Amino acid sequence: MTTKKPLTIAVSALNTIDSPGPGIAVIRALREAPSFDCRIIGLAYESLEPGIFMHDLVDKTYHIPYPSAGIDTLFERLEYIHEKEKLDVIIPNFDAELYPFIRLEKRLHEMGIATFLPELEQFEERHKVNLNEFGKKYGINVPKSKVYFELSELQNVGKSFDYPLLVKGKYYDAYVAYNLEQVKSYYHRIIAKWGSPVVVQEFVHGTEFNVTGLGDGHGNTIAAVPMRKQYITDKGKAWGGVSIADKKMLALTNSFISQTKWRGGFELELMKDKKGDFYLLEINPRMPAWIYLSVGVGQNIPEALVNMALGKKVEPFKDYKVGKMFVRYSWDMIVDIEEFQQISTSGEL
Amino acid sequence: MEKLRYERPLIKRMENEMPNKYGGKADRQPMTHIDGLAVKDLLAEYGSPLFVMSEKTIRSTYKKALKAFTMRYPRVQFAWSYKTNYMDAVCNIFHQEGSWAEVVSGFEYDKALKNGVSGKRIIFNGPDKTVSDLTKAITNDSLIHIDHLDELYTIMELIDKLGKRPRVAIRVNMDTGVYPIWDRFGFNYENGQAWDALNKIMASGKMDLVGLHCHIGTYMLSPKAYGIAASKLSDLALGLKRRYNHEVKYIDLGGGFPSRNTLKGSYLPASDTIPSFEDFAETIASALLNAEFPPDALPLLILETGRALVDEAGYLLGTVISNKRSSIGKRTTIVDIGVNLLFTSFWYNHKISPAQEFSSYTEETTIYGPLCMNIDVIRESALMPLLNKGDHFVVHHVGAYNMTQWMQFITLRPNVVLIDLEGKAHLIRRHETMDDFEKMELLPAHLKNFDL
Amino acid sequence: MIKKNIAVSASGLIFNPDTGESFSVNPLGADIITFIKEGNGRDEVAQKVMEKYQVEKASFEKDYDDFMDLMQTYLLIENDD
Repeated sequence: MTTKKPLTIAVSALNTIDSPGPGIAVIRALREAPSFDCRIIGLAYESLEPGIFMHDLVDKTYHIPYPSAGIDTLFERLEYIHEKEKLDVIIPNFDAELYPFIRLEKRLHEMGIATFLPELEQFEERHKVNLNEFGKKYGINVPKSKVYFELSELQNVGKSFDYPLLVKGKYYDAYVAYNLEQVKSYYHRIIAKWGSPVVVQEFVHGTEFNVTGLGDGHGNTIAAVPMRKQYITDKGKAWGGVSIADKKMLALTNSFISQTKWRGGFELELMKDKKGDFYLLEINPRMPAWIYLSVGVGQNIPEALVNMALGKKVEPFKDYKVGKMFVRYSWDMIVDIEEFQQISTSGEL
Repeated sequence: MEKLRYERPLIKRMENEMPNKYGGKADRQPMTHIDGLAVKDLLAEYGSPLFVMSEKTIRSTYKKALKAFTMRYPRVQFAWSYKTNYMDAVCNIFHQEGSWAEVVSGFEYDKALKNGVSGKRIIFNGPDKTVSDLTKAITNDSLIHIDHLDELYTIMELIDKLGKRPRVAIRVNMDTGVYPIWDRFGFNYENGQAWDALNKIMASGKMDLVGLHCHIGTYMLSPKAYGIAASKLSDLALGLKRRYNHEVKYIDLGGGFPSRNTLKGSYLPASDTIPSFEDFAETIASALLNAEFPPDALPLLILETGRALVDEAGYLLGTVISNKRSSIGKRTTIVDIGVNLLFTSFWYNHKISPAQEFSSYTEETTIYGPLCMNIDVIRESALMPLLNKGDHFVVHHVGAYNMTQWMQFITLRPNVVLIDLEGKAHLIRRHETMDDFEKMELLPAHLKNFDL
Repeated sequence: MIKKNIAVSASGLIFNPDTGESFSVNPLGADIITFIKEGNGRDEVAQKVMEKYQVEKASFEKDYDDFMDLMQTYLLIENDD
């Protein structure tokens, strides 16, 4: 039906592995968007991200430098990709890359590349490290947490928290620790990978729920889909989930969006305790790996996000189907070694 | 046909991660010149290793910082932190730009005087001021920042002896939301120590309480902490006004702004994450302007910024001694710069650029210094181009602390050169000689002879 | 001897069919493998490399030995039994 020129959209996090990035789910949603056709450019950090080899979903993939290489280095690489592909929109999907992309937002817009990202202040405020203050400020229940910069400070962690407790990295990784020895070992593991500090969080017993949504940056909820995890892998990832109609969760989501004036996609990780109270465990400032469920229930969040990035008026979704499940599976692709070698050496495939 | 530049043969196992190869031009550019002078020529003339300071960078960084603050607050004064770099040439550039001197020892105090700084423009900080230091400071009418009560009582004793009225401030430590709190220095704000000291000074009637000082930490990444510090010092200043109808002339927020060196253990590079002078200025100026000072009685804001003003102006030039492989097969490179010269490599991952053309091929490399000690590691792991023996390289951002904390160990300390605004090199500290050492040493007569 | 089924592609890639590992080499690394496969010994390889690159024999030979050690480690070389 559409005869318009297809949009060129760059998407990162093509790692559909056992702890998957959202990239491929986002791409599937974009491919099914009724309001536009698109050409998808994959942005990859590593050579074995499966999405690189999914040629029916990803038209072309480029390696991009790790955030640790610095903003200017990333910008140069994006300039190069833009020169070749004429990007309309970039959707970064990794927590660790959001900071550089938010900082680059203006320069990208000047080049004609649209994004729809949280503002730097929103991004920092919701950080794990600041979650306690965030909860206080917006009147949202959060588990008690404390930031630790030094191993020696952790010596007394047992005085502040009961075991088990959670040890979390600044960007990723969360481990349940049952004693001080485990706390220390997780501290080292996290520091080596993500740097200082670590966050120790009270372990709230209960049932895990998640909400994914989209805020317009003015306090309005464009989309919100609550989900209950049905099957959780040993890495804590949902391998199956079902959309639900929990009014409390929707109210909490609306309140989060209206108070923070959140712009862009997000995921709230919630725990419901025995009394039925929700605790906000974490705010992920991007769409989750299970975002394709939003398409299944009638709210194509990636599509809405792209249209909002392009400055189009998007009406808030009113409804979604309750009782739709996602069941994840893995799939072995057959790939020629030449393709792996090509992406590894030339950085393009 | 002209022969190609040689780079050693390289074979790498291809793994999932291929970091940084598709990185930016900046990382692929050699640093062949500093302010127009060839690294090769500098090393040929002055020897390797060699410290190089850029006058141009010092002045432009200073102007940038000053502008950031004066645009937001009407009364700003910088005081050059001698301990960060007390090469006379470097200090005098700052003094020419209008900086006072901030010193923390009798040695630094004398250096500032010798450089021609008037005693009235010297701020004397630190916990170890001897009776003779204090005598000098009182006589010269310097600004004495009192660190502890013992110092306060020493000053009181000296007042009677010298018959002078010293100008003093107290150093205050406080909770600014940044930990650990540097509470070993000065008087605590929250528990009332600071008020106790202020009351003692006011009660004595023998001193001019001219300012309030704090120095909340080093390499601070949070402008907010400075905002809190400025508010708390303002609160003390306003309290003095209420209680004693006494106005302090200045609020000194010390130093601690970070430079563009990336700390070990930090994931994102410092150049992306450190706040700018504008960020700090905005927070500090807001805090001072929003305190309840009458507009015509705003205190002077003093800043003792060191690292952020001078780090980027310093380079350390060196030469590759050898390439080796460790027992587990890891590539190692030995260079002629050790931790004795590059003290800051203990906490920074210093950026290192080759000083000549190189290809895009890189190898994960450990860079060792030349000292016969296991701790002599300049970079534990850096993705380095393939350098040959004898190749030159430039270590960036070494202007802060290295030329004051360097150690004379095994070898003698090298030359330090300043490149002026016209691109001319000046030797500002000659390398040490055996002669220098012989002058300091005394050999007892019975140890002069031996038979081997 | 470099294994017979090892070849360097135009972009400097090596696939070892025996172990399933892939490797990349820089241009000099590729040259050396080619020279060896053409039947040249250590001295002849050094001679050819010195004709093309600015390098002294002693420093090249040190790097050559290191390179061949790695080839050995990566099982790209078979020893004459």
